[in-house]
Amino acid sequence: MTQEAARLRLKTRLFAPVVVLSGVLGNYFMKRGMPATLSFPLDYITVLFRPYVALGVLLLVFWLLTRMALLSWADLSYVVPVTSVGYALTALAGQVFLHETIDWKRWAGIGLIVAGVALVGAGTDARTFPAKQAETRR
Amino acid sequence: MRWMFVGIIVAATAAGEVLQAAGMRRHGEVRDFRPSAIGRAMTALARNGFVIAAVAAMAVAFFANLGLLSVADLSFAVPATAITCVLETVLAKYVLKERVNGLRWVGASLVICGVALVSQ
Repeated sequence: MTQEAARLRLKTRLFAPVVVLSGVLGNYFMKRGMPATLSFPLDYITVLFRPYVALGVLLLVFWLLTRMALLSWADLSYVVPVTSVGYALTALAGQVFLHETIDWKRWAGIGLIVAGVALVGAGTDARTFPAKQAETRR
Repeated sequence: MRWMFVGIIVAATAAGEVLQAAGMRRHGEVRDFRPSAIGRAMTALARNGFVIAAVAAMAVAFFANLGLLSVADLSFAVPATAITCVLETVLAKYVLKERVNGLRWVGASLVICGVALVSQ
């Protein structure tokens, strides 16, 4: 592995957990503050002012910004599977904090997601597009 | 109803993330994380057409996500929308011209199978 690839891998390993955690917590807080139904179009705006939903929105804005930073040096085809562990963690958050049911199929699915993430994260470089192209506008 | 929301989220998220990736690649690697540098980067990104379009697509996905969360469990809503992995990997290869090697295809396929199980 080249020094540049190692630098990007380290940077990616620092950023990916931040992206994953902010996404998981953002979705959890949104769900926690969500009413049973959103019947009218205006409900989609008023619900944003509920405390838990507002906290969820802030976390998802942070998720968006950190993910954009990650995409500035890493491939989309790398970022997508590596951050997919968030789907499994969100399901776990649903079970642990919202008492949703997770049967053996969901646990098996979580295992496959983690395996896929590990394969892509450990087995491929974060960036395949040339560094020159990534820095042309700096 | 919930599958309609899932469809909107998947389409808008895939479009948004490909546009984000294209916009961030055009912008270049973010190396400086001091507040002033982040401010300059945000100003530059606000003039980046790909990023503007990406934010619009992500806003559509966000409001569809609100609708989905109001009618479905969290442990269904988020994993079910992970089908975007398929679309995004294909778009990364053919639109962004990334080198998607065998390991990435296998990894993405495992993620997709996992998502299919989780969302049942």
